[in-house]
Amino acid sequence: MDDVAAWFLALYKTTGIKLTIFYDGYDRARFFQGFVTTVKLSAYCLVLSLVLGALAAWLTGSHVAVVRRAVTGFVALFRNTPPLVQLYFFYFALGPLVPKVDGAPLLGSFGWAVVSLTLLETAFAAEIYRAGIEAVPKAMVEAAASLGYSRWQIYRLIMLPLALRATMPAMTNNLVNLVKTTTLAYAIAVPELVYMSAQIWSEQVNVPEMMVVLLICYVAIVGLINQGMQWLEHRLRVPGFGQ
Amino acid sequence: MLTSRAGVALLAAFVASIVVAQVQAIPGQPSVVELLVKWTPLLAKGFLFNLLISFFAMLVGTLAGVLLGSARISPRPPVRGMSWIVVQFFRNAPWLVLLFFVMFLLPFEFHVGGTTIPFPDWIKATLGLALPIMANVAEILRGAVQSIPTAQWDAARSLAFSRRQTLWKIILPQCVKRMLPPWMNWYAILTMATTLASIVGVSEVMTLTLRITNAEGRTDLLIPIYSYVLLWFFVYCWPISLMTRRLEARYEVR
Repeated sequence: MDDVAAWFLALYKTTGIKLTIFYDGYDRARFFQGFVTTVKLSAYCLVLSLVLGALAAWLTGSHVAVVRRAVTGFVALFRNTPPLVQLYFFYFALGPLVPKVDGAPLLGSFGWAVVSLTLLETAFAAEIYRAGIEAVPKAMVEAAASLGYSRWQIYRLIMLPLALRATMPAMTNNLVNLVKTTTLAYAIAVPELVYMSAQIWSEQVNVPEMMVVLLICYVAIVGLINQGMQWLEHRLRVPGFGQ
Repeated sequence: MLTSRAGVALLAAFVASIVVAQVQAIPGQPSVVELLVKWTPLLAKGFLFNLLISFFAMLVGTLAGVLLGSARISPRPPVRGMSWIVVQFFRNAPWLVLLFFVMFLLPFEFHVGGTTIPFPDWIKATLGLALPIMANVAEILRGAVQSIPTAQWDAARSLAFSRRQTLWKIILPQCVKRMLPPWMNWYAILTMATTLASIVGVSEVMTLTLRITNAEGRTDLLIPIYSYVLLWFFVYCWPISLMTRRLEARYEVR
């Protein structure tokens, strides 16, 4: 580790390429914290949106018209308005309404970012699930119904496992989008990767270097996700479907 | 299926927030409706600016994307490989990071000979937003070309068409139709992304909204004004996504 730090310090002294995150302990800790926050934010939103998206997709098939309409309205609303305005709406407009606990608001900027991005991703996930559910052969659902499965059982045991597999490519895209959208949280001062990098480059005046580091970080995260999802897709493959 | 219900819901939220604000209004202060009316011309100007940015970014992104997409389907492996890297890079980098990149690393003015050409923030933001559009249009083009049956290429070759002729006269005309729905979809996404320009200091609708709320310093204005801006975007983007759905259904390959 010391060798790496020494090498980057030497790099700065000889070429002027200033990568403080490799030799300055404070900057390194900040950058790492930003990275962890980005990962945490993505993970929370991912898990919540997968669960809520499945629920929303299930509700779009509901027999109660009001529920069906409410869900389609929710999906259309979140897909057709700018994510940044949604985030501002939650943080600036709804934020002050939340009661305070011990002087601190119940939801901080991180909390609101989770809420806002989760709802956005839920809208996208619901659409993807819906497409996946439509891809499940009707005959299979009818067969399950004739074997006495209840509506919930059919959904959970027959449709969801098949739909999940059909939606894998779209879900990968969605996950990549989610990670990219977490950068918006910068606007409400969530200490994620972009925010921390911006702090570093405004103090150290090394904008080009930090920009490149930032881009490499995101491209690497996205690359890892793509690889991981491909592996998962391969593992979950059901014989007899696709090629 | 998309319905107008979201718009109705948004409108209802907007109206409800105004009603609540009106009921709670303190006498002697201008009402929320008066404030919204007062600031509407400014917000409209900001919104038009967003649309302007989206038009230019789409134009630049599409032109560059068609070039990049042509490189993606080139028969020469090095060209294909290089363009693949470019596409992957710009598709996978977050929009905001690309925007920062362009904002900070391009100069604010150019010196050509003795004259100084200014390079304002909003043009830089437009270029920054055009980059991801470029990469995505390239992918749309490649996908569309690949969706044309190989038999057509073979048939064209047997009729002595050159590769260029085949592409221009047979393949691409069919691609335009298939590219239109995803292209419109990206336009809607881009329009919504233009609000990102506020983070890097362009005076578009989001920046103006923040300034207005700061200037008025009224907490009861917050929900109405944000739902108002949301409503504007929804009214603009929703017909586009509806039309996209229709076109997709009509051009669906069965």
